[in-house]
Order: sequence, then C-alpha cells, then structure tokens
Amino acid sequence: MKLERTELSLIGVAIAIAILAQFSPNWLVFTLTLAISTALVVMGVVMLMRAGLVSFGQGLFYCLGGYAVGLGGRFLGITDALVLVGLGVVVTTVVAMILGLLMTRYREIFFAMLSLAFSMILYGILVKSHGLGSTDGFGVVDWTLLGFTPGDGQATTTALMLALVLALAIALFLNRYFKSSIGLACEAIRENEVRVEYMGISHRKVLYINYVLAAAVGSVGGSMTALAAGHVDPTMAYWTISGEFVFIAILGGTGHVAAPFIAALIFTLVRTYAVELAPNAWQMILGIVLLLIILFLPKGIWSLFTRKKGAAS
Amino acid sequence: MTEILRTEGLSRYFGAVTAAEDINVTISEGEIVGVIGANGAGKTTFINMVTGYLPPSQGTIAFDGSPIKGMGPRKLMRKGLARSFQIPQLFLELPVIDNLAIALSAAEHRQFQMIRPVRTPERIKAADEILEQMNINHYRDEMVTAMPQGARKLLDIAIAMLGNPRMLLLDEPTSGVSMEEKYTLMDTVMEAVRQRGLTVLFVEHDMEIVQRYVSRILAFASGEVIKDGPVDEVLADAKVQELVTGKHHRTPEKEGDA
Repeated sequence: MKLERTELSLIGVAIAIAILAQFSPNWLVFTLTLAISTALVVMGVVMLMRAGLVSFGQGLFYCLGGYAVGLGGRFLGITDALVLVGLGVVVTTVVAMILGLLMTRYREIFFAMLSLAFSMILYGILVKSHGLGSTDGFGVVDWTLLGFTPGDGQATTTALMLALVLALAIALFLNRYFKSSIGLACEAIRENEVRVEYMGISHRKVLYINYVLAAAVGSVGGSMTALAAGHVDPTMAYWTISGEFVFIAILGGTGHVAAPFIAALIFTLVRTYAVELAPNAWQMILGIVLLLIILFLPKGIWSLFTRKKGAAS
Repeated sequence: MTEILRTEGLSRYFGAVTAAEDINVTISEGEIVGVIGANGAGKTTFINMVTGYLPPSQGTIAFDGSPIKGMGPRKLMRKGLARSFQIPQLFLELPVIDNLAIALSAAEHRQFQMIRPVRTPERIKAADEILEQMNINHYRDEMVTAMPQGARKLLDIAIAMLGNPRMLLLDEPTSGVSMEEKYTLMDTVMEAVRQRGLTVLFVEHDMEIVQRYVSRILAFASGEVIKDGPVDEVLADAKVQELVTGKHHRTPEKEGDA
C-alpha cells in the first residue's frame, strides 16, 4: 500500500515528537500525552460531526476507556498497558453497539441531548459507587508494556510513546476512512439523507458503524489518559468534559485528520497558561478564544492551512 | 411490450384530504410517459408513492411483475427504480465528482468500504463519462453550490442513472430552468435515457416539452387520472383542456419534426 503525503507527514511528526520527548522536561511530556489522548476523543467527536451529529456525551466513552483500564488492573490483575487499552476498546464497543441502535434514530439537538444524558447516567452511577471511590475515583495499577516495566521517571515517556503509536495508527486509519466510501457517505448523510437512501445506502447502518467506531476511538483516549495520569474519577463522564471535546473539535475543524491534534495541543497549552496567569478567569479566556475562532475561522484552525493552499494555487 | 409498472386502486389520503384516488396505470418497458396536471393534482404524490417516499393508503403497486408496495427507496433502487427530484437532492458541500463517486460505490454495493478511497480510477472514469454525456463535465471538481439550477438538475438525473435503473421517474426536470436551457437539458436527458434503454415517467408542466418528448400522457386532476393515452388524444380531450392545459392550448411541432 502506497503512503500518501498526509500519512508520511503524520509519521514524520510522530517520529519528531518521539525524539524531542527524550530531551523535554517531564511536565511537557505529560502535557503532550494528555493532549494526544484528548485529541483521540475529539477525533470521535469529529467523526460524528462529519456525519452531521454533535455529541455532548463523548465523555461516556472516554470514561469507559479510563475505568476499563482502572478496573482491569484492579479486579482482573491485568498490568499490560496494551491489553488494558484493548479491554477498554472491547467494553466501549459493546456499550456503543447497544446505544447506537437508539442513538442513530436521532438527529440534531435530540442526538446531542440523548448523548449527554447517557454520559450523565454513567457519571451518576460512578458517583454513587462507593466501592469505586465515589467522586474521588481510584488509582490505576502500575502498568507494564509488552513485558517492559517503566522505572522511576520512565512511565511518563513510555506513556507518551504508547499514545503516539496508538494515535498514529488511528490517524492513519481515519485518514483513509474519511476518504473511503463510508467516510464520504457520512458527509453525504449530513448533506442530504433523502438522496443517500435513493442511492441505495442505508443511512442508519452508516451512522451506526460511524458511531461505534467514534466510541472505540474515544475509549483509547480515555484509556491513555488513565495510564498517563494514573487515576480515574467520575468527572471523565461529566458533561463539561464532553463540552470541552466539542470545544476542541470546533477549534480544530473537521477538515483534516490532523486538526484535532493541533487543536487539542493548543487547548491544553492555552488552558495551562490561562490557569497560571488568571486562575479566576481562565474559562473566560478560553471562551474568548472560541468566540474569535467562530468569528474569524468558522471552519476551525485547519482552515488556515487550506486557505493558504487555496491562495497558493 | 413487456409491462414494467402497474398500479391498481392506488390512493393516498392525508386525513380528510384526498391527494390521490384510485390510480390504475400500466407502463410498458421502454415507454416515455408524461404526467401532467395542475398544482395539487396528485402528480408528485403518485411519483412519491411509486418510489417509496410515501406509503399508499390503499391499492397495489407492482414493478417488473412483483409487488413493491411498502418497500423503501433503497430496496426499490436495488430493483431498478430510480428517481430525480423537483428540487435536486444533492450533496451541496461536496465536489460534483464525489457526488457521483458515492453513487457509484453504492451501485457496486461497496458503500461500507473503510480503507479504499471512494475515488477509484474506475469510478472516476465512469463519473467522467456521465458528466460528459450530460454536458456538465466543466463542473467536475466544483462544489455543487457553484452549479446553476439546470446543471444541478442534470447532476441529479445523472446520479439517479448511475444505479443502473430500468425505470426512471423524473419530477419536473425543467422546473426552475430558463426557457432557453429547457430544450437543451431535455435533449441531453433523453439522449442518455435512449442510450440506456430506460423506461421514463416524467412530471412536467410545460406542454411543449411534454409534446416534444413523450409518446403517452397521464393527465391528473383532483388526485385522479382523468385521461391516459397518446399525446394528441389526451391534449384534445375537453376535460383535460378544461382542468389541465387550458382551452386555448396550441399544438407545437413534435421532436424530430423541427
């Protein structure tokens, strides 16, 4: 299979980050890991947005991925990070396959509110579960990676490497997916469901597959956050977290597979520095940033690159 | 000629309103049939029922000998029944070539492919061919929003034809198109239809267009077919003149006579 320019660029950037991480301070490596993990969940939001659906409940799958890692280590004795991430994907996929049967019947505000409701149900269950630490959550077991046990100070870099590999694999897949028959069918559904049906395409099936895939991708983000932070708690399913994912998706735009990664990194850095500079007004700073993006770049930060390309051609 | 479409007692009610009543029609393979009638006469309701957009309240529909009542658009498309719309149903924010590539992937039953790009060399070739045939190849890489109404109509019909249908139902193919463009548009469509040997049923308000391109007319009024027959016979009918065409309708030259 011949690699496209985008794919070569993604591989190049991933290698560059992996090399730079060896010389970067721990806080930056950790921030990068969180940004990549967040970007994976945002990627799920973007997949839904491309099909015309806005989810205010992607935190559900983020949380399921995180808790699968926590519970898999705690109750099943699994320590391998890849197996834990895989467990998260399996659990999330099963849940999404059940919820998807209902969710794909709804559009617009109804889809948004229903997705929010399901994530808040999980939040409510976790808050009431004292065995799982209630609102405090619980710690994730020390993990290994394919038999390698990260020593002191190595866990953060190892988590970044794992996040990079998984994110790269997912980004490469989604780059192809967005241009494939089903990827374009999602955009077609957003544009005109009637015509899609008259072409002989089941819009429900397309949306269902897209919904389940978006959930699975989101769960990887949740699992990686849990592995990097070493802790899970119910706020992962709280609606404000899902709102952040939508925020980042709008910030980046839906035009390219790299957009969520750039947006997640900007968001994480803006938030980090906004909290540092204005501890009582950081949400306002984020709000102003979003307003400016909507006003001047309605198709997200990625439109800066496409505009440039358009101007050059 | 082989019968391809038959409706018996086809009716549609919206509460107390009768949109279509006891429509009995038989269409043979290869026929080009015009559907005429004033606004609200039941023409689009008839097309919508036949193409699965609207379930009939009563009656039966058979396509190619098998019953199709209750089937949705997807199944009907697979059976060989396609349609275009009065307002073209297109993917406005996608390039023209992608509109066609999606239709082609669906026609090949490959709409769920996840890795292979939708724009395969074979699909691009097929899309280019139909764009050229419809004389809209210069819009190939444009967004649909950049196309004028006439070109959109042609793209809508091209998409319908990509599913390899046996019968095509066109809902007002020339509405919203300028007088100068109407004949060019219809010539293009009819040429494509002839090449594929399709059966066509098309709704049209412009009697000159109807006379030029069809061999048979179904005249609708108040949800019923008031006259079904050859063009001259239907247009000369007093009831049709009173309810559909107007009494002073003149008879222009037929296609080929010009």
